[in-house]
Amino acid sequence: MYTQALNTSDADDRPVEDATRAAAFQARIDAEERIEPNDWMPAAYRKTLTRQISQHAHSEIVGMLPEGNWITRAPSLRRKAALLAKVQDECGHGLYLYAAAETLGASREELVDLMLAGKAKYSSIFNYPTLTWADIGTIGWLVDGAAIMNQIPLCRCSYGPYARAMIRVCKEESFHQRQGFEIMVTLARGSEEQKAMAQDALNRWWWPVLMMFGPPDQASQHGDTSTRWKIKRFSNDELRQKFVDATVPQAQYLGLTIPDPGMKQNEAGNWEYSAIDWDEFKQVLAGNGPCNRDRLAARRKAHDEGAWVREAAEAYAEKRRHRQTAQAAE
Amino acid sequence: MAIASITVSETPLVLYTLRRADDALILGHRLSEWCGHAPMLEEDMALANMGLDLLGQARELYSYAARVEGKGNDEDKFAYLRDVRQYRNLLLLEQPNGDFARTMVRQFFYSAFADLYWRAMMKSADATLAAIAAKSEKESAYHLRHSSEWIVRLGDGTEQSHARAQTAIDHLWAFTGEMFEVDASERALIDAGVAVAPASLRPQWLKTVAGVVGEATLALPKSDWMQQGGREGRHSEHLGHLLSELQSMPRTFPGAVW
Repeated sequence: MYTQALNTSDADDRPVEDATRAAAFQARIDAEERIEPNDWMPAAYRKTLTRQISQHAHSEIVGMLPEGNWITRAPSLRRKAALLAKVQDECGHGLYLYAAAETLGASREELVDLMLAGKAKYSSIFNYPTLTWADIGTIGWLVDGAAIMNQIPLCRCSYGPYARAMIRVCKEESFHQRQGFEIMVTLARGSEEQKAMAQDALNRWWWPVLMMFGPPDQASQHGDTSTRWKIKRFSNDELRQKFVDATVPQAQYLGLTIPDPGMKQNEAGNWEYSAIDWDEFKQVLAGNGPCNRDRLAARRKAHDEGAWVREAAEAYAEKRRHRQTAQAAE
Repeated sequence: MAIASITVSETPLVLYTLRRADDALILGHRLSEWCGHAPMLEEDMALANMGLDLLGQARELYSYAARVEGKGNDEDKFAYLRDVRQYRNLLLLEQPNGDFARTMVRQFFYSAFADLYWRAMMKSADATLAAIAAKSEKESAYHLRHSSEWIVRLGDGTEQSHARAQTAIDHLWAFTGEMFEVDASERALIDAGVAVAPASLRPQWLKTVAGVVGEATLALPKSDWMQQGGREGRHSEHLGHLLSELQSMPRTFPGAVW
């Protein structure tokens, strides 16, 4: 699915690096060249990317939980198969994002351990609950829609493995987004109960989705470095506005009301939205969202209960290596 | 207001097809319960893959049963609007996931059968069942390979994984006999060349299973007592809970389209 905009900087970590190399590196970035794993890169660039890519991977994996909550209750066999395939896609995204992070020298195990210990973040949108089937439509429509808005520019990210992973991820996400919208269309054409379900889901998800783009530009601490390194190409507010402008007509088409009575279109055609409750965002980020504890607990449970399986696989592989070595020696 | 169950005209071919469809749906549903909770991400992918294969098989089989029955039922009515006594799946497949060993042994016992079964069914006199078999056989072959590899890894892995795999085998063994049972309604289809006689597959099944279990340093139970009843709708207590979850939406919102 998607990782949240980063808001901390590692720029302070890169004081004593070779100035010539740093200049050559920046020149390559400015020339829109891709940086590859074996290329020299500033330590802070490596650290920023490792964190961003791993947060993105964690988001994909934790993001399996809210949607997974409805796989066993999907209302038709077609929806059940589509949802299972979708959640499986998220897992696949997580896998190749961890692989992209590994090209920077971090192992999947250590990155996952940081997440399970609560030391690495994942997108806070997944700390909200999926209460009805309409939430599955809304997540596809809005959460994946916002993810695409954020990730399309990442396809041109300066770091090659991340950019290439994003190309594939974006293709799948846009499929998910259409699937989610199609669920919403079906609900909007359904009974009064179904329409109410769709509206209720939009009411609950709208503001958290706008928060996915990260804090407003004035409050964002680190845009500069990431922008200079061409990891980030648009500001949080630019992407948020783009998303709102694209989404308002879709809500109108569905006959749903965006839960923002103050919203109006300005002369430039942009939809101006009301103030976002950044206190809520901070609370969720601090671990106080409705599902933070449940999400981490579910991931820890899967990890802990799977430990004996992973150990068995390692032990067996080790035994096999021994036997092969012994055979070769005969 | 809850919605009533459908009635099904269980002619031999409808019943036969529904039994296989129920097998695929119930096992697919069980596998889908793992999604997001597997021991490793690769296994989240694999379990979902197998679950999707089985859901696909179920959908084709239900749709075929609906066409043969011709009473206006469809895949969703069969799946969502029959109660526990109308379900016809094997008891083995409704058994809860348990730990990963339990899930893999269940998969292994069934896939070792399904692989042989679908391969034989490719020669069915019923062209639709033969076509479904051709697709399902490829999928079952992968399920068998994947689960066999895990049986060996778990059996020949650590002391703990060995014990868990053996416990799973001991627990599930009594549910394997039902795969090879036939009743009067199926016998007519076997005679007509529409269905295969499952008993004829048992020697090869046992050879495959014993081979993998032996390589895994595990043992098959000596007991030959086998549980039966799923094919007639006499299930374990587990299926009702599975269905109450699976069917909750269509039962809660009668007639709604999703």
